[in-house]
Amino acid sequence: MPMTMSEKILARHAGLDAVEAGQLVICDLDLVMANDVTGPPSIKEFEKIGRPVFDPNKIALIPDHFQPAKDIKSADLAKIMRDFARKNKIAHYYEQGRVGIEHVILPEFGIVAPGMLIIGADSHTCTYGAVNAFSTGVGTTDLAVGLATGKAWFKVPEAINVHLTGKKPKNICGKDVILTLIGRIGVDGALYKALEFTGAVSELSMTDRLTISNMAIEAGAKAGVFPFDEVAQMYVARRVKKHFEPVAADEDAKYCATVEINLSELKPVVALPHLPENVKPVDELGDIKINQVVIGSCTNGRLEDLGIAAGILRGRKVHPDVRCIIIPGSQEIYKEAVNCHWIDIFIDAGCVVSCPTCGPCLGGYMGILSAGERCVSTTNRNFRGRMGHVDSEVYLASPFVAAASAVTGKISTPDEVIGHED
Amino acid sequence: MKIEGKVWRYGDNIDTDVIIPARYLNTFDPAELAKHCMVDIDETFAANVKAGDIMVGGKNFGCGSSREHAPVAIKASGIPVVIAASFARIFYRNGINIGLPLLEIGDAVEKISANDVLRIDTSAGTIENLTTGDTFKAQPLPPFVQGIADAGGLINYIKSR
Repeated sequence: MPMTMSEKILARHAGLDAVEAGQLVICDLDLVMANDVTGPPSIKEFEKIGRPVFDPNKIALIPDHFQPAKDIKSADLAKIMRDFARKNKIAHYYEQGRVGIEHVILPEFGIVAPGMLIIGADSHTCTYGAVNAFSTGVGTTDLAVGLATGKAWFKVPEAINVHLTGKKPKNICGKDVILTLIGRIGVDGALYKALEFTGAVSELSMTDRLTISNMAIEAGAKAGVFPFDEVAQMYVARRVKKHFEPVAADEDAKYCATVEINLSELKPVVALPHLPENVKPVDELGDIKINQVVIGSCTNGRLEDLGIAAGILRGRKVHPDVRCIIIPGSQEIYKEAVNCHWIDIFIDAGCVVSCPTCGPCLGGYMGILSAGERCVSTTNRNFRGRMGHVDSEVYLASPFVAAASAVTGKISTPDEVIGHED
Repeated sequence: MKIEGKVWRYGDNIDTDVIIPARYLNTFDPAELAKHCMVDIDETFAANVKAGDIMVGGKNFGCGSSREHAPVAIKASGIPVVIAASFARIFYRNGINIGLPLLEIGDAVEKISANDVLRIDTSAGTIENLTTGDTFKAQPLPPFVQGIADAGGLINYIKSR
């Protein structure tokens, strides 16, 4: 029976030769992940089950959301997770100064690999589809049961074939691809389904793919899976130390729909408040003045993203009315950005540079908005009140658009700032 | 479970950030979460909701973050069941896993308004709008998932096996 990538990974982990969309299966998990917001309630539920952890080497607990602790209650959450990690000898627990944003460091450390099946108590767990894994977000109870049993139940999802053609233009990145897709299919366009990418994927860097898979959930998708090609091979070769088995979709795999995206036609876009589907080209917006820019997060906090921002901010200044906050996604990225002298560029331009944290993306800390304020952000959600006051606004954009907007003080295309220079 | 209660009606794409904003996620105490439930779109909810009231939303209810704090906050507010045109998938799993019944009824949800009184049989999936006289039938759960719901949630289900 021909299968999609999602079906193949779920079949393998259910111990079956084949599965088809709609089938309920119980699968063995390769990795179970939680953070400092979802980990502590998961631990509480886990303790009700009364069993030991299924395998301390297949659990990752990442203190990234409200850490370094923003207040006493958040410090208490971190402590619950730290104590649990030590007591149970959890392999993938990292302390402040060694940790980074969960969905940045797990691929970077080579902990997630092609063909793996992963659940995480964080909706952006779908990020790892970029490395040809099937990974999906769950809540604290599913996570607790995963910690105890190493298993989870899944309804095998139908898959939407996102077929890419053309060439990615200059000043366009993965963020424009995924925002354009969500704008087209809507925030529930892939509800209960997987997105599987085919066609001209070689046009996309791993950073592009990680951004795209990361935001699959913003179309309601269960996963966003990329094929394993030479680009992915090069990425995992220097990171993943264990054996892995990539999957490829069969040529006659069944998809419930196909969406065509011609990369050549893409323009810089933003998602207007208050839904990621409110997508418009930047050059159709007119003057929208802004108060803050955030460049970072599990969506766009990688080295390539910071390089894009540095390219635009080099020798320029952040607009006097704007606060520009830059958050490298991991310590390795932070160090590389220092070595590349990008941090010099950011500081000279008048940016705030923070240690890795999810902080402002979910209105935690490190850049909360006041009533009436507008932020252009490379993060993933622009829901009402997401980044602070209920009457603040978030515009989702690529690092190109975010950095350009930081310079002009209004939502701008990169061309408005750098023209056609290289 | 048979329930009769008054409707709190919300629209499409009610996300988990408005069900329980992240500024309150530094705790997972259900009673504390309930104090802030829905605050960013409805400041009257937490103060006025009564045990047994019913929450009704449009399509894609519970989209966004995986925070189980969202269905926990709704349940701790005294809401025994949520009805929507459709649910976001993580929220849907979370609701079933914590023993909060979720009934999906598609476009029929348009026939339910704020303050209507509904009579619901969660096991049969039947909904009677006592205010308008309309009746609806929810999508049945797959048998395996119904087993989790019948056990009162996933932890009880796992412990019983």
